[in-house]
Amino acid sequence: MKIISVQEIIAAVEKLCIEANCVLNSDLQAALEKALSTEESPQGREVIELLLRNAQIAAEEKMPICQDTGMAVLFVEVGQDLQVVQGSLTEALNEGVRRGYKKGYLRKSVVKDPLERVNTGDNTPAVIHYDIVPGDKLIITVAPKGFGSENMGALKMLKPSDGLAGVMNFVVNTVDQAGANPCPPIIVGVGIGGTMEKAALLAKKALLRPIGTSHPDAFYAQVEKELLRRINSLGIGPQGFGGRNTALAVHVETFPTHIAGLPVAVNINCHVARHRRVVLEGRESADEHHS
Amino acid sequence: MNTTVNNKEQFTVNNKEQFIEEMRIKTPFGEETVASLKCGQKVLLNGVIYTGRDAAHKKMVEALERGEELPFDITGQVIYFVGPTPAPAGKVIGSAGPTTSGRMDAYSPLLIARGLKGMIGKGPRSREVIEAMRKYKAVYLGAIGGAGALLGACIKEAEIIAYPELGTEAIRRLVVEDFPAIVLIDSTGQNLYELGKAKYRVSP
Repeated sequence: MKIISVQEIIAAVEKLCIEANCVLNSDLQAALEKALSTEESPQGREVIELLLRNAQIAAEEKMPICQDTGMAVLFVEVGQDLQVVQGSLTEALNEGVRRGYKKGYLRKSVVKDPLERVNTGDNTPAVIHYDIVPGDKLIITVAPKGFGSENMGALKMLKPSDGLAGVMNFVVNTVDQAGANPCPPIIVGVGIGGTMEKAALLAKKALLRPIGTSHPDAFYAQVEKELLRRINSLGIGPQGFGGRNTALAVHVETFPTHIAGLPVAVNINCHVARHRRVVLEGRESADEHHS
Repeated sequence: MNTTVNNKEQFTVNNKEQFIEEMRIKTPFGEETVASLKCGQKVLLNGVIYTGRDAAHKKMVEALERGEELPFDITGQVIYFVGPTPAPAGKVIGSAGPTTSGRMDAYSPLLIARGLKGMIGKGPRSREVIEAMRKYKAVYLGAIGGAGALLGACIKEAEIIAYPELGTEAIRRLVVEDFPAIVLIDSTGQNLYELGKAKYRVSP
């Protein structure tokens, strides 16, 4: 059994919140550069140039890439041989978000009640997804999610008879309907299978995969490729001004499902597609020799 | 009266073959400026604009419905749909890119009827908004969504003038210099989103 203190967790989350919001990930940088070289629309190319310049300014001046610094979504893998000491894990994760959003001059975009809509003032609470995994490490991914793109997501409980064609049509139609709203060029996360909430979570998790990587299964890798081709035929283009680069990538994640169902969820990310990950190692607990 | 100046540089860094005329325009807008802004025209905005997004729009429209005045004279003005990040030390504002305009569709027609001449945001607008823009002669401009750091750098002054309790959603009076935007929907209803998409769409 190893231990980790909440102080270490708070400091790690604080740092991840700021980095994720101010520094464009290298895979995204490369994807935008590639899009610039393939885009046929002059207006589309200008948009991509401005996005690359914006990322440069953000990194140099330590400014958020986008003013919507999002709701903090955290994926946390907790090793089952690790014990969190000196406080609550959930509290520590939220405290890290609170400090990161304050210290990084990030926008506080969370309202306490969905209908009363009064800002909590510190961007908490975060949305936290836990996984218990083998081992003694704590792996935290901070994925701040802006709502220009989040609002364009969709979920449908298809019939098994709808099959692959039904799934693909739903994904393409969702992106078509979203149009310029989610700030294209976008990343499209698709979750297929499981239950209603499992499909939604798969779609969100699909956004974390590095751009340029395919699904390990050849069949789904082909589905991703075909979805990307169809989405980029829609003509929406960068910022919706018309063009070939509506999406930079389509990532599909799947899970076994029920004999009666075919859940499909689409989660769209904007061109900033923020996420940052850290692996925290536990240390030997002082009372190790007693166990 | 507003002056307009043509400016041919910028946006053309890697597109030397493209000849794109940019118009440098002053805010607030007169009728002449609105009429000159055609769909797809690139502009650099200079002057005063006001910020407002979801909560501020709701409050403004509720004030009008109660027969009260708006917190600023809206005649000829431009509203930028934005909720900036906090200003770090030494800066007047943080990142400040546009938010999705569709959420303001319920409120914009009334403001347009009261004299609003320009809106800056991203994403499509409702039929009601476009009808109001045609009737009262107003224009909808697009700023690059997600280019918050770059756009924030074009803002030279920022002051909260109403609803400070709304935080990022408070109404701010901004002074902008060469703020880049593009005419998405002009006062005749021509729509860049529709025209642009049609040009590059192949059967999906």
